[in-house]
Amino acid sequence: MNTFNDYKEQQKPAWCPGCGNFAILSTLKKALLDMNIEPHQFAIVSGIGQGAKLPHYLPCNFFNGLHGRSLPVATGLKLVNHELAVIIVAGDGDCYGEGGNHLVHAMRRNVNLTLFVHNNEVYALTKGQASPTTLTGKLTKTQPFGNPSEPLNPLALAIALDCSFVARAFSGASGLPFLQEIMKEAINHKGFALVDILQNCVTYNKKGTFHWYKDHVYRLEENYDPGNRVEAFRRSLEWGDKIPTGIFYRNDRQTCEQRLPPIQETPLVNQAVFSLEAGQEVHNFY
Amino acid sequence: MEYTIRVGGEAGQGLVSIGSVLSKMLSRSGFHVFAHQDYMSRIRGGHNFYQIRFADFPVTASREKIDVLLALDMDTVDMHRQDLNTGGVIIYDAAALDSPLSGQEFFDVPFARITEEKNADRIMASSVAVGVVLGLFDLDIDLFARIIESTMRKKGEEVIAKNIEVAQAGIDYVKKNYADSNSHKVVRPMTKDQMLINGNQAIGLGALLSGCKFYTAYPMSPSTSIMEYLAHNAPKYGLIVEQAEDEIAAINMALGASYGGVRAMTATSGGGFALMTEGLSLAGITETPIVIAEVQRPGPATGLPTRTEQGDLFFVLHGGHGEFARVILAPGTPEEAFYLTNKAFHLADKYQIPVIIQSDQYLADSEWTFPDFDTEDLHNEDFRLRHQALQEMSSYKRYALTDTGVSPMAIPGASRHLVAVDSDEHDEDGHIIEDAATRIAMVEKRFHKKMPLIRQEIAPPAYIGHQQAVAVLVGYGSTSGVLQEVCSHLAEKYRIGMLHFNEVWPFPLLEKFDYLTLLKQAALTICIENNATGQFASLMRMETGFEFTVHINKYDGRPFLVDTLLGEINEYLQRL
Repeated sequence: MNTFNDYKEQQKPAWCPGCGNFAILSTLKKALLDMNIEPHQFAIVSGIGQGAKLPHYLPCNFFNGLHGRSLPVATGLKLVNHELAVIIVAGDGDCYGEGGNHLVHAMRRNVNLTLFVHNNEVYALTKGQASPTTLTGKLTKTQPFGNPSEPLNPLALAIALDCSFVARAFSGASGLPFLQEIMKEAINHKGFALVDILQNCVTYNKKGTFHWYKDHVYRLEENYDPGNRVEAFRRSLEWGDKIPTGIFYRNDRQTCEQRLPPIQETPLVNQAVFSLEAGQEVHNFY
Repeated sequence: MEYTIRVGGEAGQGLVSIGSVLSKMLSRSGFHVFAHQDYMSRIRGGHNFYQIRFADFPVTASREKIDVLLALDMDTVDMHRQDLNTGGVIIYDAAALDSPLSGQEFFDVPFARITEEKNADRIMASSVAVGVVLGLFDLDIDLFARIIESTMRKKGEEVIAKNIEVAQAGIDYVKKNYADSNSHKVVRPMTKDQMLINGNQAIGLGALLSGCKFYTAYPMSPSTSIMEYLAHNAPKYGLIVEQAEDEIAAINMALGASYGGVRAMTATSGGGFALMTEGLSLAGITETPIVIAEVQRPGPATGLPTRTEQGDLFFVLHGGHGEFARVILAPGTPEEAFYLTNKAFHLADKYQIPVIIQSDQYLADSEWTFPDFDTEDLHNEDFRLRHQALQEMSSYKRYALTDTGVSPMAIPGASRHLVAVDSDEHDEDGHIIEDAATRIAMVEKRFHKKMPLIRQEIAPPAYIGHQQAVAVLVGYGSTSGVLQEVCSHLAEKYRIGMLHFNEVWPFPLLEKFDYLTLLKQAALTICIENNATGQFASLMRMETGFEFTVHINKYDGRPFLVDTLLGEINEYLQRL
């Protein structure tokens, strides 16, 4: 049986003390433990950013690839081995900026993947420039007169694209049990799942602290219906004084894997490496 | 005996279907065929042509002069009539083109009227045209029937029967109306049916027979027909073909699939390869096997989308930041494309590197005939660690340091061993490091240890010709066919040879074949390239110090044709 200690890795996290990443990491470990998913039964795909270093800090299969490119790598991996749980860990710059095109098409394609976005509203690894979710007007070294752009609303974008599972959580202490539940729901969901995790940045986001978020986030009501896409879109527009968290939207759209005839029975990776019948294809050229 | 047929017209007039039926028909009746296509980047209109050369001896390139011009519009007549050989014929429909032409080379065939008289759909005028060519060469309707029965199976018996009927009407029309109906008589060679295949199909077939299980690409001319071929065959052979949102996604998806444990491939042209270079570098540091076909077209940028050039050699050689091992294979014929695709998968897996198959529009779209591809000659070996062998290992490190630089490549999820891969510089476990000692060990592993072993696998260039040649023609990639023809023409008069490289990086060693001595003995060495700057000649100089005496470069977006190249080389030979 697994214990929390089985998910301990020798590597020491390279994060700032007080970073929200620590809480996300320990919550992910707890969620995996709850679900009885052992280290070799899943893989984490990540790109580049502070959050993207996460797979180094728990025992797992991982592909820590390029900035913004985690989704296509995860797509290839999942399609050849759909029995492996594939989780993507990305940051707001990584996933909403550099990898924005991949995000749009991952939602459309609907491969059974789980995407956790560590959204701290800033580029932290490159030392504090505006990210796609940075608030308008924020002063940074590369936006010295204030960020001129409006922030992206990832949830509204996802719901507009009929993303199969759309949720928001908060990584402060008070939000962690709920984050853990949402993570489990997201991993269990059959289809592409986006969980936008609000996170502080102790170094580069002095406004979005744990305290600030704690005072502003609330949970979607008990009787909220995540099957109502129009209502989900309406709620995704709420931001500012009160920020809803929870599962905004979910649907049971067919997954990409379900539409691919070669993998209806056996994962591609477990099929014969070389097909003997393919040799007959030569005859079709006569 | 040899003849060249050119079918010309606007895009959308059915010239590709006429051309492809003709080349299939001729190859399946035992003729040797070489067909190439010249088309504009548009769906309707413009001017395109499909040229088919057939003979009773092997043909490997296109001629300048033609014997039959099948003109579907007036532009075709105007642009190509000067290429007609003496005794050649121009077939056209005077009524449809509304322009009767005088001259003994013109043969007016009322395609539209014949089609109408037979109560056939207008589109079947193409079959009348095929019939006319059959009639002209006194070939049998059965040849056409065989092709049409297989290609039109889905359309039903009635459509097939109608097409055969109108083609027969075309034959009858020639017999009745063509003044000199014996002038183009051919004798079918006694050889068995030939297979007919183009460069892109050969790459697709090679991938299929090499166990490729995941193919992903973003459509880009002239590479797209590889994806069309594989997508068509995907359900039959358990292959996943996924169209990516862009080339960046394509290469990353293929790398994810390869990491997952299957052979994966992508293809593109120069512009798409530009987007892939980031992922190419990722394949380099993560040591993830991948095969990339780069089917060139003239650049820069959008360039000439449907035409040909060999302008990306240095690009695929140097594309991707950082230093890492790679292999570049440059097939000269569809047969080489088939076997080299197999070799690409083999080397990619064996050394855990990216392997690039570099082709171009000319090879991609050219159809060649071959007696057979022997699947026994394929080399298929599984280099991944899976099943029991993996489970029984006491410990596992993805980047374990070894004498060869090649570490065991396990499949994630197949055992309790974890497979950790990183784009950052990493240690044997796949974790991020920054210390100098580990960095040095990893660079040596990835490059200095692997590269000499890979270089041993590279085949020397092929040499055909005189052993003490005074003149040697040199090329790489798609120029092989035209060099062969030119060389065999000149061999009657000169001590000449041709040297063709189809594995260009790492540059072939001299141990297996000392091509350098051969070149140094020749008074005239001509490097023939389909580009403006002579990239292959530069590579030769970089790697061996050898300087060619003459360079012939063609950068008009068109392939070399036998007669023009022959003329040009002859001039140099006469000055010897």
